Order: sequence, then C-alpha cells, then structure tokens
Amino acid sequence: MPEIRVTPLGAGQDVGRSCILVSIGGKNVMLDCGMHMGFNDDRRFPDFSYITRNGRLTDFLDCVIISHFHLDHCGALPYFSEMVGYDGPIYMTHPTQAICPILLEDYRKIAVDKKGEANFFTSQMIKDCMKKVVAVHLHQTVQVDDELEIKAYYAGHVLGAAMFQIKVGSESVVYTGDYNMTPDRHLGAAWIDKCRPNLLITESTYATTIRDSKRCRERDFLKKVHEAVERGGKVLIPVFALGRAQELCILLETFWERMNLKAPIYFSTGLTEKANHYYKLFITWTNQKIRKTFVQRNMFEFKHIKAFDRAFADNPGPMVVFATPGMLHAGQSLQIFRKWAGNEKNMVIMPGYCVQGTVGHKILSGQRKLEMEGRQVLEVKMQVEYMSFSAHADAKGIMQLVGQAEPESVLLVHGEAKKMEFLKQKIEQEFRVSCYMPANGETVTLPTSPSIPVGISLGLLKREMAQGLLPDAKKPRLLHGTLIMKDSNFRLVSSEQALKELGLAEHQLRFTCRVHLHDPRKEQETAMRVYSHLKSVLKEHCVQHLPDGSVTVESILIQAAAHSEDPGTKVLLVSWTYQDEELGSHLTSLLKKGLPQAAS
Amino acid sequence: MCLVLSNQKSNMKLYCLSGHPTLPCNVLKFKSTTIMLDCGLDMTSTLNFLPLPLVQSPRLSNLPGWSLKDGNAFLDKELKECSGHVFVDSVPEFCLPETELIDLSTVDVILISNYHCMMALPYITEHTGFTGTVYATEPTVQIGRLLMEELVNFIERVPKAQSASLWKNKDIQRLLPSPLKDAVEVSTWRRCYTMQEVNSALSKIQLVGYSQKIPMDQASLKNSDVLVLTGLTQIPTANPDGMVGEFCSNLALTVRNGGNVLVPCYPSGVIYDLLECLYQYIDSAGLSNIPFYFISPVANSSLEFSQIFAEWLCHNKQTKVYLPEPPFPHAELIQTNKLKHYPSLHGDFSSDFRQPCVVFTGHPSLRFGDVVHFMELWGKSSLNTVIFTEPDFSYLEALAPYQPLAMKCIYCPIDTRLNFIQVSKLLKEVQPLHVVCPEQYTQPPPAQSHRMDLMIDCQPPAMSYRRAEVLALPFKRRYEKIEIMPELADSLVPMEIKPGISLATVSAVLHTKDNKHVLQPPPRPTQPTGGKKRKRASDDIPDCKVLKPLLSGSIPVEQFVQALEKHGFSDIKVEDTAKGHIVLLQEAETLIQIEEDSTHIICDNDEMLRVRLRDLVLKFLQKF
Repeated sequence: MPEIRVTPLGAGQDVGRSCILVSIGGKNVMLDCGMHMGFNDDRRFPDFSYITRNGRLTDFLDCVIISHFHLDHCGALPYFSEMVGYDGPIYMTHPTQAICPILLEDYRKIAVDKKGEANFFTSQMIKDCMKKVVAVHLHQTVQVDDELEIKAYYAGHVLGAAMFQIKVGSESVVYTGDYNMTPDRHLGAAWIDKCRPNLLITESTYATTIRDSKRCRERDFLKKVHEAVERGGKVLIPVFALGRAQELCILLETFWERMNLKAPIYFSTGLTEKANHYYKLFITWTNQKIRKTFVQRNMFEFKHIKAFDRAFADNPGPMVVFATPGMLHAGQSLQIFRKWAGNEKNMVIMPGYCVQGTVGHKILSGQRKLEMEGRQVLEVKMQVEYMSFSAHADAKGIMQLVGQAEPESVLLVHGEAKKMEFLKQKIEQEFRVSCYMPANGETVTLPTSPSIPVGISLGLLKREMAQGLLPDAKKPRLLHGTLIMKDSNFRLVSSEQALKELGLAEHQLRFTCRVHLHDPRKEQETAMRVYSHLKSVLKEHCVQHLPDGSVTVESILIQAAAHSEDPGTKVLLVSWTYQDEELGSHLTSLLKKGLPQAAS
Repeated sequence: MCLVLSNQKSNMKLYCLSGHPTLPCNVLKFKSTTIMLDCGLDMTSTLNFLPLPLVQSPRLSNLPGWSLKDGNAFLDKELKECSGHVFVDSVPEFCLPETELIDLSTVDVILISNYHCMMALPYITEHTGFTGTVYATEPTVQIGRLLMEELVNFIERVPKAQSASLWKNKDIQRLLPSPLKDAVEVSTWRRCYTMQEVNSALSKIQLVGYSQKIPMDQASLKNSDVLVLTGLTQIPTANPDGMVGEFCSNLALTVRNGGNVLVPCYPSGVIYDLLECLYQYIDSAGLSNIPFYFISPVANSSLEFSQIFAEWLCHNKQTKVYLPEPPFPHAELIQTNKLKHYPSLHGDFSSDFRQPCVVFTGHPSLRFGDVVHFMELWGKSSLNTVIFTEPDFSYLEALAPYQPLAMKCIYCPIDTRLNFIQVSKLLKEVQPLHVVCPEQYTQPPPAQSHRMDLMIDCQPPAMSYRRAEVLALPFKRRYEKIEIMPELADSLVPMEIKPGISLATVSAVLHTKDNKHVLQPPPRPTQPTGGKKRKRASDDIPDCKVLKPLLSGSIPVEQFVQALEKHGFSDIKVEDTAKGHIVLLQEAETLIQIEEDSTHIICDNDEMLRVRLRDLVLKFLQKF
C-alpha cells in the first residue's frame, strides 16, 4: 500500500527550527531547515542524526525546500549543507534566495562575533550553501526529477514567502510555510487553488486566535505610539529587519505625514536601507496597490524614517526606534531595551510572536524583573505592549486555506501543542478530514490510494463513447479491455488488439444445446415458427432468418433438425460462443418453454 | 516564439491569420478547443502614410497632390507626392490579422508569447464577440501596456481631420503606383484603437508564471508532434553584438563633430541594451558631457518596470538584484543625470534641451511620435545622424517622406531573435515530428537568394503557411489519458504473459467529465436470489450487458480429464480426431470437442452441468 510519511525534526508542536521530513511516492523531501531562537545549545538546530544514522543526507534526500527567509525556517541551512553535508538541490523563491544569505550572515555574526561561539558555520559556508540553491518562480512547475515535481504558491507573510506543492504521480502534499490570509499594507494574501492534496501541512501559530480587524489594530498601535511620544517617552519596537518592519514603517510614515509629527523615527540597522531596496526590486511580490503606484511613488522610500546611531539612544526627548532582532533575544534591540526599561514614560511594543526563552517572551508573560548576564537584575518599568502584527494566518485564515485547498487530511506544525489540539478538533469537525499534530521525531503515516494514469487506445475509448451516446452520453458506461503493462508503460487496449499485439491466437469456446420441440411440421416450418416467436419476444435484438433455414439472434445460431426416432419431434440446435453466454443460455431456456400455438 | 504541441487529435487545424513572420497570429483548433497563438499587429502599413507632425510642418503640408498619368487629379486631396513616392495623407492605419477566416467569437483562449505579439489584442478582444481568456506573463502585460499606451498617445495627440478612403477602392488602388498598388487587404486596415479599448482588452488577461502549467495543455518541448516556429531574426546576416559596437562608434563620431544623434526606437526592449552599452562606453569615449534624452509618454514607466522583473532576466542580471542593485545600469545613468527622460517634447524638455545631444524616441516607423519633430528639425544638416536599430521597418521606406535629406543615416539593426543556425540546433535537440513556419522561412531571403543557409532545413520538410491559409496538421493521436481508480486497480489480477509484459483484463465503468476519463469498479451484479421482483427481472435480458473477455491458450486433454474426474465425473471416454480430441461424458450425454484453438461443449438440457464444464474449461485458458 503506498503511503505518505511525515516526520517533523523541528516545529512539531513547537514554534522554531522548522524542519519537516516528507516521504511521498518513494521520494524524500525536507521542508525548511530552521533554527530555534529560544536555544543556544544543540537544540537550536534540527536533529539531522535522524537521517544520518542511516546514511548520508544527499543519498536520502531528493531535495530541500525553503519556504521563506525567516531564520526559524532557513537558519540551519549552512550547518545542514556544509557541516553535516548535503549536496542536493535546495529550492526557494528568488527573493528568498536574495535575502536569506544576508540574514544568515547577520545571524552568524551575532553568534560568533558577539557571543563568541566556536564551531559555528562560516561566511564561506553560507556562500557555498547558497550555490546549491535553485530559484523558483511563483506557480512554476519545477521537475526535480522524472517523478517529483514542486510548485510555489504565494504565501504573503514576508517578501518572497511561498507555499509549496510537492507532487509525485497523483499523490501530493502542500506545505504552507508561514502565511497570512489577509492582505496588509505591503503584501498580498496567500492563495492556493483547489489542488486537493493528500495532505496539507499548515503552520498554526495563531491556532486559537481570531484577530480583530486589521484597521483596529493599526489604530491602536498608532494611538499608543502617539501617546507615548506626546508625553515625551521613547518607543522601542523590536522587529526583524525584513517583513513586519516594512509594514510598520509604511504605517508610521503615513501617520507622521498626516499628523505632521516632529519626533524622530529611527531604524536601527544598516540592513534597513538594503532591505527596502529588496522590496523595491522585488515589487512584483508585494500587493496590488504598491505594484500599481510604484512608478509614481515607491512606498519603500521613507521621508521620516532615518538611520539610527547607537549614540541616539541617550538623546533627550521623545523618539521611536525600530531595532532588531524582534524577540529581544540579542543585538541592538536588547541593548536599547536595557537602556530604556527603567523609565516608566518609555514603551516597548512587541509586534510579533516571541519564542519561549527570549526576553520578549518573558516580558510579554508579565515578568518585570529580568535576570541578565552577570547576575544583574533588570527592573522593567517601561510600558510593555503587545500587538499582533506578525503576518500569520489566524484560526479563521487557516480554516479558509484548508477550505481553498480541499486536502484529504491536515497536519499541524509551527504552533503550540495546546492550541493545535483546539484547531485539530475544529478542522476535523468542520471538514471531516483527519488532522494530525506530531511532535518532533514522531512519524505520521498516511496510506494513500493513488489512481493510476494509463493511456487508453482511442479506438477502444471511441467505441465505448459511441455506445454511450444514446440515450444519455453522460451516463457511465461499462468498458471492457486489456491492460498491457510493460515496464512503467501502461496501456489499455481492446482485447482483440491485446491478443494481436502479443501474437496470441484466440481460443473459441462454444456451446451447443439441443432443445426438443413437439412439432410434427417440417423443419423449415419449425424454423419459421421459432423465428417469428423470437422476433416478437426479443424486440431489442437482431433476429434473422437466414436463407439456409437457420435462425440467428445476434451471434447465436439456431438450427432445426428432424428427430432421428420421433417424427413428431424436432430438435433445435442452439449454439453460441462464450462471449454471448447470457443470451445463449437465456434463449435456450426460452425455447425450452416451447413455442406458442401457431395462429391458424 | 516557439510553440510546442503534443498529444492532439487527428483533425487539428491551424488557421493562419497573419503572413508576417515576426508578428504571427495563428489559431489552432483541436478537440473542440480553439486557441489563438499570439496576435501581432503589422504596422508596416503605416509606411504608406504621411508622417503626423506635432507642430504643423510647412514642408509636409505643401507637398504636391498626386495625379494620374492622364492628369486626372481627383485623388490629390488624399495622396501626396514626395521625392517620387506617393503617400496617403490621412490618419495612419494598421493591417489587422485576418478576421474573416474564422469566427473569432469562438476563440476560447489567446496565448501571448511576448509584448510585440500582443499589439493587435484590442482589435481581437473588443469587437469580435470574443469571450475567452488571454494568457500572458506579467512582464509581457506590463511592457505591452506601455507600448500600446505610447501608440495611442502618439496618434491621439495630433488629431487629423482628414481620413482618406477613396484610394482604397479596388478599382482605384489598381491605378496607384507601387507600393500602394500592391498593398494587401487595404479595405480591412484600421485606425488605432483607443485607450479605453486597450484597458478593456488588458483586463481580459490572466497572468501566468514562469514555466507554469496551464491546465489545458501540458507541453514539454521534447519530441513534440508539431513545432510552430515564428519570430526568427529579421536580419539573419547581422550579428547583434557587432551592430551595437557600430552603433556606439557612429554615435560618438557624430557628437564629437558637434552633430546630434536621433535613435528612433520603441520605449522598451532594445533601448535597455543600447543604454547599457553606452553606460560602459560613455566615459572611455569622452561623452560624459553629452546629454542623453529619452522621450516617450511612457519613458519613466518603462525605465522603472525594467528594473522589477529580475526573475525574468538572465543570470548575471539576477545576481545583481541579490546585492541588491538594480539589474540595468540605466538607473545609474539617471542618477548621475546623464540620461534624462521626458513624457514629450513639450514642458520640461524644451527648457533642458541642449545640443549636441542624443535623443531616443519613437516611433521607429517615423510616421508619428516625437521622432517626426526631430527628423524635421535635424534632417537638413549633414552634421546630424539618424541611427536605425529597430529591425521592424525598412529604414529606406521609413525615410522616404523626409527626402531629400542631408542628415546621415546609419542602419544598425539589432535583432536578438533566433537565427537559422540557432534554429537548426534547436530542432536537433527538440526533434519535433513536424515543423510549421511562415513561408518566408522555407526559402532564402529574396535579397540573398544564394544563401541556402538562411532558411529552415529539416526532415520532413517544414510545412509553410501564408496569410489566410488553413493547414491541416498531420498526425494521429492513438492514445488518450485515462485514470484507473485505486479500488479498481486493487481488483485487477495481472499475469505475466511474456517476460516483462503483464496483462490484466479490465471490466470497469467509464466516467467522462470535463474531457477527463476515469475508470471505476463496475457495480456488483445483482444476484437473482429469490424474491418476487427479482425473479421477474431475471426474465428480461440483462440490462447492462457484462462483456465476457476473449480467451486464449489451449487445453491439455489429459489434465482436463483428470480435472473432470476430480470433479466427480465418471465414465469418461476420449477419442482422438484429426485436429484434436473428443471427450465423451457418456452418463451425462455430453461431449466436448477440444482442438488447438477452440473448445465446443455440446450439452443438452442441463444448464448446471454446462456451467460446471465451462468453469473447468476456463481454468485452462487465459482471459483477455
């Protein structure tokens, strides 16, 4: 029995280090290769020994697919390909290919230069890893090999984010990566056609959340920023360099313009300008509005937002600073946070999800005394706000996508177990499909029953179609033929053709049955009586009286002969082939009942 | 453009609506589907018209009217003479694809391969009853829109009162000098469409991605049945790289001598290459102070759009985006103020205008657009040069209404379409069963009739078409796709007939929906197991005739007799005959004739017995 097997090496009942192994139609595909922001030890990368204990990665995997450039989806890639060792193809979209190495380098710098980690991947490894990347276009069908094909769909979320369909024969899996179902200020909504995969693997970050309208959240956000700035406070917004940052920049830029505000807005990293440049060059990946107006006004050119210098943090007066990274786990955002945390006039707005173990997660869960490195305790007096701007689908959105794709079953990853449980029930109830939520290292096996594509000879098909034309062409018709299987070539032909092609002779099986009739008349007259009787009874069949005196019903032959002993009895020889058995035996029993009395 | 067709039906027809080899418009009919492949607009017809000047030109308006040899001057309002050539003094008109050959409202789908081949789209989609879908890629749509926008703008901003039609009368056309006399289908020539029609046409386009499979046709280039080959280079003897070099050196020579350079061009396409080349050339040639102007109503959009489709560019350009840098260097030319662009002559341009300079502007036919103004302005001085780079129009014909002309004319056609060497390589790789192409490609170009290498050479010879022809494409489709549902597949019993070849008989229900065929297991036969209703039903001939398979093989008599004995038959007698044996079951008054390829069971009365014997026989035979 063919089956699809799925094993998360990361993101199983968890958010972080997304990495899912899929076996389908004899092919092995790895979906994403991320790192975990909440860990600094071995657990930060997926456990590739799951594969390597049985052999080399390259031998096992047919390809790797990266859904988007976020590090929890691609952060382990250089480690995986250069340190563990993988030489096969890695597929991602063009924007992901452009941006991913920059974020990897950034990540490497923080890990090695700032935290002094040894045995981390090097810049050269990032470059070598990227050489194995094959860029894909949206909706392009990429033939990985003769049997395995993949196709990217728009996922929203961040620039270049894609959902991938993985297909072998008629079996398919769709992996959503991260996505959002509502268009925002700079990206469109995820979309997929009714591709009816055997399995949909979806993220479930916001499995239990139904977010209020986007506009309300935006208004709320602007109000909070505005209030803090008015009272002279400093506002810190930890973000990742690409993604929500651009969204919030567009939002604040328009607001500042409209309200004529003077407080400075800064963006903390040199990446920003570069990042915005990517958005300009890959404008075809943004939403309708931005694409339509980019010739007149490029939304990624900001008038009010300036580059941040470390010294600015101590400037007096209000300001808004976007700083990376987004979960306050390291880098500049954490530094600024430590500086500003003590003042209750200040505010930190967390615009996205924070992984367990990060400072972001701690303050969001209400912790106000943080133990920092060197046993220092940081007291958080500043206002802490959370505002979900991360572009993940909420429960409603996930249900919507399931409805769009119409999968046979669903598998949840990239979420918390408790929330998944809720969503799983909902999906099973609403769509009546099974839903799985394996933990890391746990394998889900789905038996599949793929239909088999074969070539049918046009002659056979047409014969059947012609028969079906009347009275109702749409009515299913019975078809009989022979399937010839040679290597992987399957052809369905008529039985005659199959015999001919194989050089075999037909073996004819015939039956003859003698029916005794009481009839003193001559044989010819008996035959005539049989003919008129059958003609009147078998209206739907071709009944013929042949010149030699025999009667045929379709291919069934009836001959009348004299009885050797009894002149008052005639013998009917009914003879038919195996192929006409039903009719033959029906006729025999019909004739055994005798003929009606001849009308005088 | 290269279109590949495979897996089609025998009666597949190609309707050729355009005779222009690089501006094709073919309609393919097969399997009750009608697909239009490209819809190019032949604009060479405009060469027969007088240029449309932006400001009134005394020279053009004073051209003498044309009169017949006998002095009859009834056409002098419509036709003007200039240096021995006759031109129609009217709004320029275009030669549309054939609209009568096939009912265009029956076209289901239009596939556009590139922006040059979509210029006739509004004529097709707007007034023919077309209700289908148009498929094109995003760059094609965006650039195509710019080209159409420019065209409409050029024509609409100089409204011309006069619309000549007398000359189109067949009897009158005969009397005109060449090339007017020989112009084809002049009665069907049409004026330019409006922006409203353009927008409506573009709204019918559905974007397709790179290498996306559209559900209607799964074409893979290899071993296709028919390859329709159009849009090869129009200048097979010119090497594009060499031409670009010549372009640069002529340009430098002119401006160094204090002259101006005019480059008639489309707003997108070759101009990007020219600008890129100049970018590398400007400093070394000492041209840093020469202003470059690009004038087109869509100049800005074109320059911006060129930078955002990196995914469709060659590898080198793609890598630039990853840096991130704009893929084309004209961004830097603009930033450093070396290249300036304007929507038209009017406005900012007039105040910035400095000479000597280089101007890129349209239209390459020299019949409308800002280029007309520069031809009038610079034509009288031999210091100036006009350099033709677009290969679509004969430069001599384009220049005809400006004669006599003092300015220098350089012809550097840059055509990057496939040449014949590349085509023959492609054909070798792809190996299509048949090649279809415009007739122009099946013989050497008229001007180089000895160059047998400048034509398509393939076996079997390419099928050629000309305007308004219908080709029946020659092949038979023998197999159609069908899917066997898993439940049915499970029930099949394959048997190996020969090494590597297995067979299985299939009795299944055929479902056909949306041209897709599916085989499902047959419904379980209704058992006539008592019940009054059933009994009556069994009286009738079975409704759904279950087809019995064919049989093959032979019956070994000894084993057959053993089998009979095992099943309780006794008193069996075997007689040899000429061709086989007769097995007699004396007690049952039944005999079975067994020969190499046939078996005959002669059995009276007892139906049960017949069925038992049948099943015994079948055990020795294979079913098909």
